[in-house]
Amino acid sequence: MKLIDQLYKDAPLATRNEITPKLGFALTLLLALAWLIPFLWMGVATLRPASDGINLMAELMPSLKPTLDNIRDAWEIGDFPRYFLNTTIICTGILLVQFVTITLAGFAFARLDFAGKSLIFYLFLMQLMLVPVLLIVPNLRIIAQFGLYDTLAGVMMPFFASAFGTFLMRQAFEAIPTELEDAALIDGASLIQRIRHIYVPLSIPSFSAFAIISVTSHWNDFLWPLMVINSPDKRPLTVGLSVFTATAEGTQAWGTIAAGTLMVIAPLLITFLVFQKRFISSFVTSGIK
Amino acid sequence: MSLAEPAALPVAAAVPPRLHIVTRFTTRFKASLPAYLLLLPSLVFLALFTYGAMGRVLIDALYQRATPKAPLRFVGLDNITAVLADPAFTGAVINNLIYAIGTAVPSIGLALLFALALARTNVVTSALRAALFLPVLIPMVAASALFLFIFLPNVGLLDYYIGRLLPVVPNWLGDPDIALYAIMIITIWKNAGYYMLFFLAGLQSVPEDVMEAAHLDGAGPFTRFRHIILPELKPTFLFVTVIAILNAVTQVDHVFVMTKGGPSNATNLVLFYIYQQAVEHYDIGKASAATLLTLAALMALTALSFRTMANREGGA
Repeated sequence: MKLIDQLYKDAPLATRNEITPKLGFALTLLLALAWLIPFLWMGVATLRPASDGINLMAELMPSLKPTLDNIRDAWEIGDFPRYFLNTTIICTGILLVQFVTITLAGFAFARLDFAGKSLIFYLFLMQLMLVPVLLIVPNLRIIAQFGLYDTLAGVMMPFFASAFGTFLMRQAFEAIPTELEDAALIDGASLIQRIRHIYVPLSIPSFSAFAIISVTSHWNDFLWPLMVINSPDKRPLTVGLSVFTATAEGTQAWGTIAAGTLMVIAPLLITFLVFQKRFISSFVTSGIK
Repeated sequence: MSLAEPAALPVAAAVPPRLHIVTRFTTRFKASLPAYLLLLPSLVFLALFTYGAMGRVLIDALYQRATPKAPLRFVGLDNITAVLADPAFTGAVINNLIYAIGTAVPSIGLALLFALALARTNVVTSALRAALFLPVLIPMVAASALFLFIFLPNVGLLDYYIGRLLPVVPNWLGDPDIALYAIMIITIWKNAGYYMLFFLAGLQSVPEDVMEAAHLDGAGPFTRFRHIILPELKPTFLFVTVIAILNAVTQVDHVFVMTKGGPSNATNLVLFYIYQQAVEHYDIGKASAATLLTLAALMALTALSFRTMANREGGA
């Protein structure tokens, strides 16, 4: 009770004795603990020795004889370093091209006046409404026509333009005072130089917010790479993990599945725990991606 | 000459303005050129993978092969009627509707509860927010791998702790009557923390002085919630509902990993049906027709929500 009082010490005096908010908090606390159970099981099962047998697999109390065997098995069965490399290439490739496209387009919308501006703006806006995930069938046909079937470039290409990123950069650039650009203009800086040396350095927070959204969403993409990639050595983490799970499920190797899943999500979880505030504020801006 | 002259005048007079329009147009275009060049890289990819893809769907939906090796032939709306007559598709649409409501309502309700309970920022609430947000970050495939074990009959986590209290241990993923609901649990677990963020952001706009004035007037927590917080959160609700419905249509990775649409199509969702038609049955015509129908439904939904939002802003 004292702990709860502590939590409400900044609430208005009159509401401090209300019981409903405290009940709501208690319920949330319980649910938050329940929300962590799958992660807890993953950790416990990863360290559980196979000798404990299938009947103890669900036990959430950690085993007294922890082992790294499951991690070693998962490492040997799945080609995780390769999957990591592929996912990293995909995410970095998409992000680098996106940085160029959204900077240029964002600047055009923020600072330039041109014929057909609102029409082109709506062309971008439509991308948000069309939900790219649904266009997997036609996009696969287009990728195949380009000869990019079963290549990492084929996985990346449909995401090179980003309406969400363009709007984000437009917003960031509009907030930059024009006086800075005018000064550079007098010094004879070209358009590209002004973008490169004034607009980009002043918009780093928006770039990092966009990077977080872009990388987490493409790190987690599954259906699209599954359709494009055929060769096992080009699989990204998600596709690799699904194949790995299907294989290990057949032998009921749940400890190995837990270890494989842990390896796949550990990088994201660690990055999140380090940059928690940035992640949360970026995701708030991401409503529609 | 004197007769021709008056006739020549209007012609001569008509030329300069026309030239004027052309030069105005070219100067405007020249002035716009830098902007077009900056937009070009984005427009190329939008043209290929958004608008090109849209066109591709429209065309592909009109063609069909009689046998897998036969040449394509124009069939008009036959693909669309074939899809609408396919019980697998109508079943997937009904499943998707149940799934959309059954995931949107609980996850939005939970998100609101979490946001209200964790609106104040301190060490404890930050930790709880992080715990609730963790599932949002991990791939749906990874979440499915964990829940495969949670739902495993007899020895899985659910049966180990809860199932044995029930008279009959349910086969969570194997029973066609239960499987869709089991799938929904994963989605709720994964998305509630995401929607919580929007409600947390929305709650910041609830004016503190109005809240204080209200409880000075003796308004209890429920009255304040009903008459101050809820009206303020209306735009957030609308926004989150649209995202939740979009997610219900586009997030199907767990169906692929856990059930492959089964048992007996009980967990087949529209996007998974599209995937099956294209990749497993090589039926591009039907896959395109189904894509087209889904896109039309989603665009109607977003257009409707944009209009409601615009109306609300105009009215306020």
